Amino acid sequence: MKKLRFKRKHLSIPYLLFFIFFVILPLLLIVYYAFTDANGSFSFGNFVEFFGNRNKIRLLSVSAIIGALNTVLCILIGYPVAMILVNKKFVKSGIIVLLFIMPMWINFVLRTAATRDLLYAIGIEGGNYPYLTTMIGMVYNYLPFAILPLYSTMLKMDKNLIEASYDLGATKPQTFVKTILPMTKPGIISAAQMVFMPTMSSFVISDVMGERKIQLIGNSIQFNFDQMRWNEGSFIAFIMLSIIAILMFLTRNTTKVETVRGGVW
Amino acid sequence: MAAEKILELKGVYKDFDGVSVVEDFNLYVKKGEFVTFLGPSGCGKTTTLRMIAGFEMPTKGEILLNGKDISSIPPHKRPINTVFQRYALFPHLDVYDNVAFGLKLKKINSGKVNKKGEPILRHLTKQEIDKKVNDALKKVDLEEFEYRDIDTLSGGQQQRVAIARAIVNEPEILLLDEPLGALDLKMRKDMQLELKEMHKKLGITFIYVTHDQEEALTLSDTIVVMNDGCIQQIGTPKDIYDEPVNAFVADFIGESNIYSGTIIDDNHVHFLYHKFECVDKFPKNEKVDVVVRPEDVEIMEKDEGILNAKIVSKIFKGVHYEYILMVGKMELMVQDTTSYDVDTEVGIYVKPFNIQIMNKEFKSNQYIGYLDKYNNLILDSGKLECDITQLLKGSHVDEEGYLVGPDGKIYDLTDADVKVEVGLGDIDIEDGEEGEIVGEIISMVYLGDHYRVIVRTEEEEDFVLDTIYTWNEEDRVSVHIAKEKIKLTLTKEIKEYEKA
Repeated sequence: MKKLRFKRKHLSIPYLLFFIFFVILPLLLIVYYAFTDANGSFSFGNFVEFFGNRNKIRLLSVSAIIGALNTVLCILIGYPVAMILVNKKFVKSGIIVLLFIMPMWINFVLRTAATRDLLYAIGIEGGNYPYLTTMIGMVYNYLPFAILPLYSTMLKMDKNLIEASYDLGATKPQTFVKTILPMTKPGIISAAQMVFMPTMSSFVISDVMGERKIQLIGNSIQFNFDQMRWNEGSFIAFIMLSIIAILMFLTRNTTKVETVRGGVW
Repeated sequence: MAAEKILELKGVYKDFDGVSVVEDFNLYVKKGEFVTFLGPSGCGKTTTLRMIAGFEMPTKGEILLNGKDISSIPPHKRPINTVFQRYALFPHLDVYDNVAFGLKLKKINSGKVNKKGEPILRHLTKQEIDKKVNDALKKVDLEEFEYRDIDTLSGGQQQRVAIARAIVNEPEILLLDEPLGALDLKMRKDMQLELKEMHKKLGITFIYVTHDQEEALTLSDTIVVMNDGCIQQIGTPKDIYDEPVNAFVADFIGESNIYSGTIIDDNHVHFLYHKFECVDKFPKNEKVDVVVRPEDVEIMEKDEGILNAKIVSKIFKGVHYEYILMVGKMELMVQDTTSYDVDTEVGIYVKPFNIQIMNKEFKSNQYIGYLDKYNNLILDSGKLECDITQLLKGSHVDEEGYLVGPDGKIYDLTDADVKVEVGLGDIDIEDGEEGEIVGEIISMVYLGDHYRVIVRTEEEEDFVLDTIYTWNEEDRVSVHIAKEKIKLTLTKEIKEYEKA
């Protein structure tokens, strides 16, 4: 009888099983539910229902705008923060790093609720300014996800390149635009990917911060699933998936540099 | 034609967080010269280069370019370009754009003036940039590579792009920071020749940093040998090789035999247990360091030379054999093209002018310290036990720790400042960090039958010692000095410490 030999590639079996059961199958299920009706027969009903419904389209647009705004804000704030974090001069004590990591140790819902109460205390009431409070909550929650990829690309960046740029006659602003920014582009794209989609599909932050006055696409999925409307919910999830796929496709060339260099994300 | 000084460094010092990296650096560079800063890693050569480039500001001193102080001008305004150690090419740009980077930023006088009569500056046109980039790429033999990505180039090619990127801006001085460090040996040799060629063709002043003595000898017009932040010697490659000023330079440049010797008279020096004729003039009985290059030692029949020695090892090195000979307990390295068998007894001769005699840099360790109330000696680096009775003849220490003189007077030497002298042979070092004084070995030079080791503590106190054991540079060791070997002198009269 042939003896079973353990080979190195067998190590991938658990991962493969996990991948099939928790990634591939659910994805297929989403697609299946998205294009069937409650009886299980193939249908474009959800498609027609979603794109024929003004409210749903509005929901998608608002989510996309909030997602985009949050992405821009997170990168605008996260970029300088990441620059400070990579600069050894500033982070000798590690306190700054701690400052940005510590909030992540607190429970997400609790943290969001606390943010709401804090804003309430200083007079920014979620009920009156739902968009403002939601944005504050979003930025606060997703900022670390923007900082991390930016930080890791900046850490890998050769400091000599910045000096080379000065050496060749570039001023500080010119060096930033012509050297630092293009070289950190993979980080910026990763940061955008890490922030944009999760923002669009989140519902807890908008619920808590906006006191349920703001509906995002995430709320809609959750609502449909709560009502056992699996097909409608799945179709919205399918739309989200499509957006991710399109975005990934559009940014595939720009991240080339990083994949060649063994990127983290 | 007397070439003009293009660059001058006057009394330049650089400290990082209070630790001195470059000390009192004085140098001038003539236009068109190829100057090399040579020294072991951490000797301050790169820091000096970075100060010239403008990435570091000198703590003290002046850097003059064509007579004008540039030490506070930012790097982008200096007509100086750098070739970086690992090239620092922009990965997001192709070869052409890397080379054109500086040109695209450059503004030149357009020849026109505005209403106020000030010259109007303009960017270079696309054609001008194109021409310059192509010229530069041609100079480094990379014409075909314009649109290649940086990642697709080999080390040598990246090196050339880095050079093209620097020279395209027509700098007055080109700085090269160990540019060949990342290449393999064969490539390095080729690039050395190319660099030398390029220097001749371009007529730009080159300042080159390397730790490779052979590279320095091959390339330079002038070599600046540095160690520990200080210039050791400035000279042509030949000067430095033939007339090293001290044991460090001799040891660092080429192979050498270094011995302790004594001057007998004007024409003779004693080392290797024998009297040698020499040409350098030193005071009689002076203790000196003697350097003999291995290729300057002549091997002959037994009893025909100045002394006899026994061959203990023989290595074939291609052009010559490298022999290790024993003269008594001393080793002598010899390079000779003739083959001799190991264990043969041979005669040795060295021509008088091939014997280099140098002042001993160091005769004893001297420190300033003070005594604590337990009569220990306190140096910057730590505490040592010492014998304080040497401060007063016939004295002893009483039970309470006071010094009692022969006449019964009592002295309290707590906090007394003392000058300390310790001989080179009186210091022992031990592995590990167990002792009161701990430091790192920063230098080790072989002197024929023993090593001269310098241990530096974190407090920047140096302990120079002779030892027969082999250590490694950067070893952490603890320093021990026997109590009776520490020579103390009070800085003030002992009367001042008399106890009332």
